Amino acid sequence: MQLTIITPDQKVFEGEVEEATFPGANGSFQVLKNHAALVSALTKGAVSYTTKEGKKIHTIDGGVVEVNDNKIVLLAEKVIG
Amino acid sequence: MANLKEVKQRITSVSSTQQITKAMKMVAAAKLRKAQDKILKMRPYSQKLTTILDDVVSSMGGDLDIVYGEQRPVENVLIVAMTSDKGLCGAFNANVIKASSYIIENTYKDVNVTVMPLGKKALDFYGKKGFKIIADFSDVFFDVNYDNVRAISEYAMEAFVSKRFDKVVLVYNHFKNVATQEITVEQFLPMGGDLLAEKEDKKESDYILEPSKEYVIEELVPKALKTQFYKAVLESNASEHGARMTSMDKATENANDLLKELKLQYNRTRQAAITNEILEIVAGANALGGA
Repeated sequence: MQLTIITPDQKVFEGEVEEATFPGANGSFQVLKNHAALVSALTKGAVSYTTKEGKKIHTIDGGVVEVNDNKIVLLAEKVIG
Repeated sequence: MANLKEVKQRITSVSSTQQITKAMKMVAAAKLRKAQDKILKMRPYSQKLTTILDDVVSSMGGDLDIVYGEQRPVENVLIVAMTSDKGLCGAFNANVIKASSYIIENTYKDVNVTVMPLGKKALDFYGKKGFKIIADFSDVFFDVNYDNVRAISEYAMEAFVSKRFDKVVLVYNHFKNVATQEITVEQFLPMGGDLLAEKEDKKESDYILEPSKEYVIEELVPKALKTQFYKAVLESNASEHGARMTSMDKATENANDLLKELKLQYNRTRQAAITNEILEIVAGANALGGA
């Protein structure tokens, strides 16, 4: 799957991932390959994803994620670390 | 006939001024590139946000009730005037001040106006004029980033929702291209219909909306507003550097013309002095020879 993490100031990450976990408004959830099309509001929390090089974690200050056709776009207002 | 020394002094002073304007132009060009870069970096975010918002709005079927869109009788207006911190950028600041003063005196002459100056120039102007001002954010152009700007738009949105203001208007320079800035008066709140307008040709998308349609809309709309505000600030920032670059370029050119004229005058004066001296010597020699 293709994951893109963008903020208004920069592109934080763009690349191929095997899975991604997001802090949904009703609890954290994981997105795997061939997930149904989804738009979800996110709260402050940790976003993690697994690439070939391993697992990475960012903390975001709320945002929105769109999943469509194995493309994930995460719009975060702020990424802390 | 001007004194040789005086002309020489003027030449030195004009050429040192020219060096300064040239350097300022270069600095403005570098800053402009950075400012344009920021606009480009923001674009993917705002585009994606707009597409998602459009999708969600079209799935709502026009059944929307947004606090930020509430139309109230206008009694209190907040005008956000975006200028720069520094001068020497042509009519950039004067245009913003002129446009905001115009709407204060005409469009909003019967209502309470509060001005939120962004940038030192607007703060100076409206502070002295005795307007009600909100000065907390005037130093935003010192370091333009989303985090700083977000605080301002959140402040304005909160003030609108809590009914301290019924309308929020932005006045800024729209960045058309490097040489052209267009003064823009834009209504920020209540939000315009076009942001939430349903696109005719939109296909019904079947997204799962988590946790609910209403929640997602409530999250998306403020984000879209903040992006709109950020865009205005970035445009104003880029316009400032563009304006400074063109005006400094003009100044350098003018200094060049002035230098040319002064050099001509200097040479003429020098030539006249030499001719005079020769005449005197020849006349003196003639007088001696005749005796």
